[in-house]
Amino acid sequence: MTTSATDHRAASDAAGSGGLRLLDVTLTLGDGDTAVTALDHVGLNVAPGEFVAVVGPSGSGKSSLLAVAGGLQRPTSGTVHIAGTELTALSDKERTAARRRHIGFVFQQSNLLPSLTVREQLLLPLHIDGRLDAAARARADELIEAVGLSHRAGSRPHQLSGGERQRTGLARALMTSPAVLLVDEPTSALDRFRSTEAVRLIAEQTHERGTATVMVTHDTAIMNTADRVYEMVDGRLS
Amino acid sequence: MFLALRDLRFARGRFALMGAVVALIAVLGVLLSGLASGLADAGVSGLRALPVTHMAFDEKATSEQFSRSTVEQEDWQEWSGAPGVERAEPFGNTLADAQVTQGAEKGEQVNLAVFGMAPDSPLAPSPTRGRGLEDGGGGIVITREIADLGVEVGDVLTADKSEVRLKVVGLVDETVSYGHIGVAYADLDTWRHLHYGLPGDLPEAARRQATAVALTLEDGADVVAVEKATATRADTKEATFGASPGYTAESSTMALIKGFLYAISALVVGAFFTVWTVQRKAEIALLKALGAPTGYILRDALAQVVAVLVGATALGTAIGLALGSTMIGKAPFSLSAPAVATSSGLLIGLGTVGAVVAVRRITAVDPLTALGATR
Repeated sequence: MTTSATDHRAASDAAGSGGLRLLDVTLTLGDGDTAVTALDHVGLNVAPGEFVAVVGPSGSGKSSLLAVAGGLQRPTSGTVHIAGTELTALSDKERTAARRRHIGFVFQQSNLLPSLTVREQLLLPLHIDGRLDAAARARADELIEAVGLSHRAGSRPHQLSGGERQRTGLARALMTSPAVLLVDEPTSALDRFRSTEAVRLIAEQTHERGTATVMVTHDTAIMNTADRVYEMVDGRLS
Repeated sequence: MFLALRDLRFARGRFALMGAVVALIAVLGVLLSGLASGLADAGVSGLRALPVTHMAFDEKATSEQFSRSTVEQEDWQEWSGAPGVERAEPFGNTLADAQVTQGAEKGEQVNLAVFGMAPDSPLAPSPTRGRGLEDGGGGIVITREIADLGVEVGDVLTADKSEVRLKVVGLVDETVSYGHIGVAYADLDTWRHLHYGLPGDLPEAARRQATAVALTLEDGADVVAVEKATATRADTKEATFGASPGYTAESSTMALIKGFLYAISALVVGAFFTVWTVQRKAEIALLKALGAPTGYILRDALAQVVAVLVGATALGTAIGLALGSTMIGKAPFSLSAPAVATSSGLLIGLGTVGAVVAVRRITAVDPLTALGATR
């Protein structure tokens, strides 16, 4: 059941001014007898400023959804549009550039670089893109403040708590003002209280900054913070 | 260098250890090149100092030419008149043992590498002290190594067995040696007395002989005809170094040791950066997921490699130079800027090659592994 494709408002927003649009996406991993269908004719529209949660057990294809939506993996068939660009039509090089400019990833357990301070973690994406200027530094400070880490700006990951790391990861993902924010199991390393806090922050930033946000999680307790919730079972979205 | 520099600072313990290995190899590299140039100087500095381009030997002498070759007066006369030959003159070379029989160090045993030449030839020495060579006087001009034994201008040496008397008339205050023996310059007849072990009058035949014809050839001169006519073979001056006793064995041993040293350092650097890159695999996947092109990550990693290698090599070279300068004079050791630069450059160059092979695996890291519980 790919009901979201018929959501008219989301569809027009996603195709027009940005957002994320997956159309009839299928991803088959492996080949021959060992082939596994990770995504089975998935359609999904997320408008700018909308926070969508995808829940499901592990192995249901949630991570594959993020990989395809984030341009890390090419789908076997179907198309992915991001900010009006057809991601699936781009070359590998162009896809890397699109990841850099239009997509923000928040990884499981935040995935920070051990040698960088919080502030440097945020500056890195812009250094990669060759845009590390005064405006970037000001934006980093603004985001550190927004996620409540001003007192931790000079700390390295090993000095941070799990929640602080996750907030750093979120702030880093927002540095490039991405059209799409993809969040992978943000609460896997956090306790109940901090999980709720973290997801609330993601929702808040999504609405404030107008990103089209998709969060995958197996934690059903946090899904009511999202604007819409989908369930993923055996590669199908419902 | 955004990440590379911060990684260097963050993992400074590991990089310091690696840098120390490279620095020690650089120290060893400097000391080995110093020893190699020192040994080369001791072997052939006398030949190197001769103002000639080639030496023509009896064509039958194919190895150890300086002790086996004999040329005749007709040979150097023929060479003089040949086209493309600027200058040709007789040159004598012989090793002799002598004793100080008159002077402060009376009884001192001295080894001499005697170079014989016409006193008016450009081959003849310009002494720092005393006089130059003269024909038939039995005078010799010594060099520093012999003077260091206490032999002075005005002393008289007597050759063992032949009892040829040698009067020290001058000193060239430089270390000039041949086959690890200090050079003494003599006029041709004095050289012939020593060479044939004959005091008194020389037979007429001996007066028309020398070891080789010292040649100054024009660039690209074709000397095949004159070689054929005189039954001699002209070698470049550098090619004659191999005829100096022990020179080839010494220089190939040093080259072998240096070769192994560079190979080891390239492997050590390669191994270190292989482990380092494997350790960073999750970080590299993250960088790629964040949209970093592979080129960006490779440039960063290589900048780190070069920074470590250049820093450590510079430090090691400085230590090596400091250590080496204390060895000059105590061992066959001499520091030449090109040799030290080559040694340091090779260390950096080959280390980079080793590291390039290691960091190449960055290209194979899949950004997809940044998703999911990879840590």
